[in-house]
Amino acid sequence: MTTYNLNINGKNFSVQADPKMPLLWAIRDLANLTGTKYGCGIAQCGACTVHLNGTPVRSCSVPVSAVANQKITTIEGLSEDNTHALQQAWIKEQVPQCGYCQSGHLMAAAALLKRIPHPTDKEIDTAMQGLICRCGTYPRIRKAIKTAAEMISKPVAVNQK
Amino acid sequence: MSLTNKNISRRKFVTVSSLSSMAFTIGFYFPAASKGIGEIITAQNADEKGIELSAWISIDAAGIVTLLNHRSEMGQGSFQTVPQIIAEELEVDLDKVKITFAPGNSKKFGSQITGGSSTVRGSYKALLQTGAAAREMLIAAAAKNWNVAPTECYAALGMVIHRSSGKKLGYGTLVAAAAKMPIPKQVVLKERKDYKLIGNPLQRQDIPLKTNGKAIFGLDKKIPGMLYAVVERNPRFQGKIKSLDDSAAKAMPGVKQVVKVAMPVFGFTREGVAVVADSLWTAMQARKLLKIEWDDEGFEHLSTEKLYGRMREDLNKPGLTQRKGGNFDAHFQNSANQLDLVYETPYESHSCMEPLNCIAHVQGDHCEVWGPIQGPDWVQSDISQRLKIPIENVTVNMTFLGGGFGRKAFTDYTFEAVLISKEMKAPVQVVWTREDDMTQGPFRPGAVYGCKGSIQNGAIESFQVKMAAQNMDQQAAGADKTKFNGSTSEGFAEAYFKSIPNYRFADIPTESPIPVMWWRSVYSSTNGFAFESFIDEMAHAAKKDPLDFRRSHLAGKRYQVVLDQLEKMTNWKNRSKNDGWGIAITECFKTIVGEAVKVSKNAEGKMVIDKVIAVMDCGWYVNPDIIQAQIEGSIVMALGAATVHETHFEDGKAVEKNFNTYPMPRINEIPAIEVHIIDNQENAGGVGEPALPAFAPALCNAIFNLTGKRIRKLPFKLSEV
Ligand code: FES
Ligand code: FES
Repeated sequence: MTTYNLNINGKNFSVQADPKMPLLWAIRDLANLTGTKYGCGIAQCGACTVHLNGTPVRSCSVPVSAVANQKITTIEGLSEDNTHALQQAWIKEQVPQCGYCQSGHLMAAAALLKRIPHPTDKEIDTAMQGLICRCGTYPRIRKAIKTAAEMISKPVAVNQK
Repeated sequence: MSLTNKNISRRKFVTVSSLSSMAFTIGFYFPAASKGIGEIITAQNADEKGIELSAWISIDAAGIVTLLNHRSEMGQGSFQTVPQIIAEELEVDLDKVKITFAPGNSKKFGSQITGGSSTVRGSYKALLQTGAAAREMLIAAAAKNWNVAPTECYAALGMVIHRSSGKKLGYGTLVAAAAKMPIPKQVVLKERKDYKLIGNPLQRQDIPLKTNGKAIFGLDKKIPGMLYAVVERNPRFQGKIKSLDDSAAKAMPGVKQVVKVAMPVFGFTREGVAVVADSLWTAMQARKLLKIEWDDEGFEHLSTEKLYGRMREDLNKPGLTQRKGGNFDAHFQNSANQLDLVYETPYESHSCMEPLNCIAHVQGDHCEVWGPIQGPDWVQSDISQRLKIPIENVTVNMTFLGGGFGRKAFTDYTFEAVLISKEMKAPVQVVWTREDDMTQGPFRPGAVYGCKGSIQNGAIESFQVKMAAQNMDQQAAGADKTKFNGSTSEGFAEAYFKSIPNYRFADIPTESPIPVMWWRSVYSSTNGFAFESFIDEMAHAAKKDPLDFRRSHLAGKRYQVVLDQLEKMTNWKNRSKNDGWGIAITECFKTIVGEAVKVSKNAEGKMVIDKVIAVMDCGWYVNPDIIQAQIEGSIVMALGAATVHETHFEDGKAVEKNFNTYPMPRINEIPAIEVHIIDNQENAGGVGEPALPAFAPALCNAIFNLTGKRIRKLPFKLSEV
């Protein structure tokens, strides 16, 4: 066991962990932020996606020892009150069904929009095809990413719709 | 209060005040003897009668309405749909309503199983009546207060309003008086055209919880003092533990205990070794250090090859007839225009996005569980029976479910957690890894269908389907294996039975130790492929247009309307010859679905699905946006099972363990999906499952239309067509 400082959503958490423990379990069970999900544990589904210094990573496949003191953002850090444009778009387009995969999808989409404010279908495919939604919300995820892109560029026009 | 209202036809109304004199609570309960619709009661004197009230609606003195949702929320929208129905007749704004999950209790709520797409179709009439009864009592209370006739008043947005004077009273101020009002003998329900909530695409109230990480799924639930367990279970389903060396696991810091556990799975027990630790990660690590030898004697170690060989062979047997009309044998044998074809469908894992998990806490003769549970009342009675404790000592708490699809209706994982907690004398959360979840089953049974039929004068003269597949109902110890599978013809549009003069549906139950269980749309999920592929082949043999052929065999307005709509949305008559179009029509859980698929070859010559059109007639419905989402989801799930994944068995074990070998459709593989929902006044049918079965046959029929190649075995790779 080693003590690590984890900087999650701007807060510091001092955690005692096995250096090999995946970041996913440190976030969920040591920092008690359960919005980040376990889906496969082998970097196949994206349910565990968080941002590491602004880049999306699969927290199930990053050991906690590798990320100490770096900037980690989880779904709770996207915004707690659903004020992020993507969260609003997700609500507007009624994306989630069971909802279990959606934290990961939102985090991947947030990283995408930061990089490419108006992604094409192809760019959405590339950024999002590493994630699984068993409920099949893909058509709405695509739509909501575009809605969010609109909201960010023309916030007033979209609100008035 | 006496039972004066005993003679109200079919349903009794009772008032009760046990909860609080300051709240008005009304719901319905299912008397032991009744099947179907329950009886409506309020909370005034159920105690005297010893009735446990199903608190559907509770209005407190502050006017806050709490609705109890008795169904699981696993993604299908019951969190929204059930309250939307009640609020319509209660005349409250859905935004002012709090929704809580009802704990498992079959006495109170009747069947709570979220399966068979039954949430709405099984209870909507009782829900409407309950809301209306509460509204009438609130109106009566206000009218009495104003000393006017109830007919002079109406209710809107949580208030009773006196029409001529405009006087208003909020529901909150009326609760004490309303609880004392007699329950109306009859309530007039609104007409569809007057609905304000029902029929509208209202936003789901659970969605904001699912966009900021706040929704608590089973895996997120934490109980004070909770320990974590993972279990190494027998990979061959039925083997016994021969020897166990747990010394290394026990030596790991944080490990509390290693316990043997035997989880009941249908007629067998699945043996396993549970590692219990103070954290999930520790339990997972220690599990890898277990040394277990299994005794796997006494049952078959099947492979997929052997299993399907057996099913194909079984088609030579006469089978157990489930449904027949006319004389198939005589007409088929004498026909010059015969078809004799075999269709095959794979075993599948449910692979809910949230792997199985459950927290149990056994304390003496009491037991409480928390988890993603599809059938809380089943879990309650299962635990009560197996632990031999009174049912009221068992509390089942539902969390959000990260998918269910039938898997989380089964009580193996819940009772396994109970056994481990009992041993540990502490609350324990048992977590299945993805690998556990994917390899342990129960699976959707694969099936081989032998289809025979003949054509005469351009129409079906004879039609026979023999299904060789495991019968889910025959897994219990001592099950009657001479009984036919009641679901053999499930998925076949009812109108076909009227137009086909000679038909027979039979099944040959496959013997196998592999556990099988409902998977979204159950037998229809595989039947639909055989039925509607075969119908298409018959249309071709009859030299008929596939849509016209179905039209001529599906008399009845509902079928014709669905076909009209498909024809319109596909522009069927004028479709381009360069496109491949296929259609299929299925019926399951009282809902008729027609789907059309368009395929083409892309620049690299690869088959792509351009578009899927789905037309659903589910009768009376609540929320069209939720229905559309369910149709989209069903089509994506069907696409996976038709073209992406399959569970194989080798040496008695499931081969695919995680999403690397059991892949899922991804966002870049999803075609455009267009949905149309038919508006009519028919009884409500299912919504969450019925759009699944028609997809695979419509797709394969489209590929035939484009290429002339028939696909009779699922799954297949689109890239290899
Ligand atoms: S849990 Fe990390 S990718 Fe699936
Ligand atoms: S919403 Fe259920 S897995 Fe995506």
